[in-house]
Amino acid sequence: MLRINGLTVSHGAIRALDGITFSVNKGELTAVIGSNGAGKTTLMRTLSGLKSAEGGSATWNDHNLLHGKPEHHVRQGISHVSEGKSVIPQLTVEENLDLGALFRRNPTEAKTSKAEVFELFPRLQERRGQQADTLSGGERQMLAISRAYMARPQLLLLDEPSLGLAPLVIEQIFQSIRHIVDSMGVTVVLVEQNAMGALKIADYGVVLNLGTIAASGKASDLIADPAVRAAYLGF
Amino acid sequence: MSQFLDMFLIGISAASIYALMAISMVLVWRSTRVVNFAQAGMALLSAYLGYELVSRTGNFWIALPLAMILGAAFSAFIEFFLMRTLLKHSNQGAIAAIAPIIATLGLLGVIRAVIGFIWGHADVQLEAPLSTVGYKVGDTILFIGPMGLFVIVFVVTLLIIVTIVFQKTNIGLALRASAYAPEIAQLSGIRVSGIRTLGWAIAGAAGAAAGILQTVNGTGALTPESLEFSLLLVFGFIAAVIGGLESLPGAVLGSLVLGLVLAFVQIYISGTLVFIVAFLLLLTLLIIRPQGFLGSKAGRRA
Repeated sequence: MLRINGLTVSHGAIRALDGITFSVNKGELTAVIGSNGAGKTTLMRTLSGLKSAEGGSATWNDHNLLHGKPEHHVRQGISHVSEGKSVIPQLTVEENLDLGALFRRNPTEAKTSKAEVFELFPRLQERRGQQADTLSGGERQMLAISRAYMARPQLLLLDEPSLGLAPLVIEQIFQSIRHIVDSMGVTVVLVEQNAMGALKIADYGVVLNLGTIAASGKASDLIADPAVRAAYLGF
Repeated sequence: MSQFLDMFLIGISAASIYALMAISMVLVWRSTRVVNFAQAGMALLSAYLGYELVSRTGNFWIALPLAMILGAAFSAFIEFFLMRTLLKHSNQGAIAAIAPIIATLGLLGVIRAVIGFIWGHADVQLEAPLSTVGYKVGDTILFIGPMGLFVIVFVVTLLIIVTIVFQKTNIGLALRASAYAPEIAQLSGIRVSGIRTLGWAIAGAAGAAAGILQTVNGTGALTPESLEFSLLLVFGFIAAVIGGLESLPGAVLGSLVLGLVLAFVQIYISGTLVFIVAFLLLLTLLIIRPQGFLGSKAGRRA
């Protein structure tokens, strides 16, 4: 279980997260929505160890997320796909995937993960030898998610996977994320500006506004909530 | 015809040593975004260590790999204790851009002084283990003898090993990923700071080989103030820039271009123009193609 309690993070003099508290159940998909500057990306970067917190706590099971470097957290089962198609363009598709499993000492298990990834995204198997910068935006996002999946995470943090993608591709990516939760038992925190799309596939939703939690609850309840609809879903 | 062959052999011979130096500059640049001016000092120190090892063991073939290992260890030491501390404490504003450059320049001076303190300021002689007299073909004596041939073969072998390590092994993948995208590498569980130190270590070994091979391929004389090592740094840097500063194949290609152009100037025009031509080549390139030959997308693979 992911427990976040009174988490406070600042960028210099600006407070990006102001004592937020929420938790995520194991095996669930939680969408974190909110407008630009709400603190969504800061939340993700803090949980993965890229950014240090000022106060509060964040734990995954018994593991303290506010202490240690990102590479340490990855080895404890927490993977983060950062904003903006986080693949390495100079490496091939397969090298990007191998990179994700590099720290795992068991090559057979890594092979199994790769087979699972290719089953989920057959396109990546077709393009395994190509350099990642020849991929389309959607394929890059598939690769970024797959690279994180290769680390066999228990908790997957996804930062705006829909950014800059066409509606049909977004639909496909969202379905794959749901599949990763349902069939592979991974817990996912999905940060999105595409609020409606994210809430539709999520179990639980958290609405961030200027560093505080404006609303939270079951995703279906949030979609039905008139105040949330008006402020964040645009109708 | 024999002039042309000489030009070719002089060029390849010089290029092989530039290539080692260029590779060490590229590796350091890729891992810490620092142009390491101390590389000349580190190569010089390794050549002195080679001299010391030869005089103690009496065997060049043991001394060469040992000096390369010591060069790697020293380079890793510098990254771990000096560069890390420096980048941690001066990482903001104008000083962040200048501090590493000044630090490596300062280190160059320190290393030269320490060498002078240990081995004295008079020349010491690192004898070539093989004959430097050129092979004889018919009536003409070629520019390259057994020693020169060994240098070329040794460098080509090192380049092949480096290529295999970078392209085919897990460590190589970690090295490339950390160079291109440190944050993504970190998020993939790579211990990037350790990989950075490893990059410096490989650079140190390549620099050590460059220093020793240049010495035995030349007069064999070493002094702490050696101008040859400063030139080696400059030529290695120019070769690296020609190749785009990011690319290992680029560094090798840049070294070949530089070596052959300078050999052409030396044979057909005048030896005194070599330095000027090297700089003109660098300037022209920076104006026409600042990203280097292989600095574009296609070249950033290794």
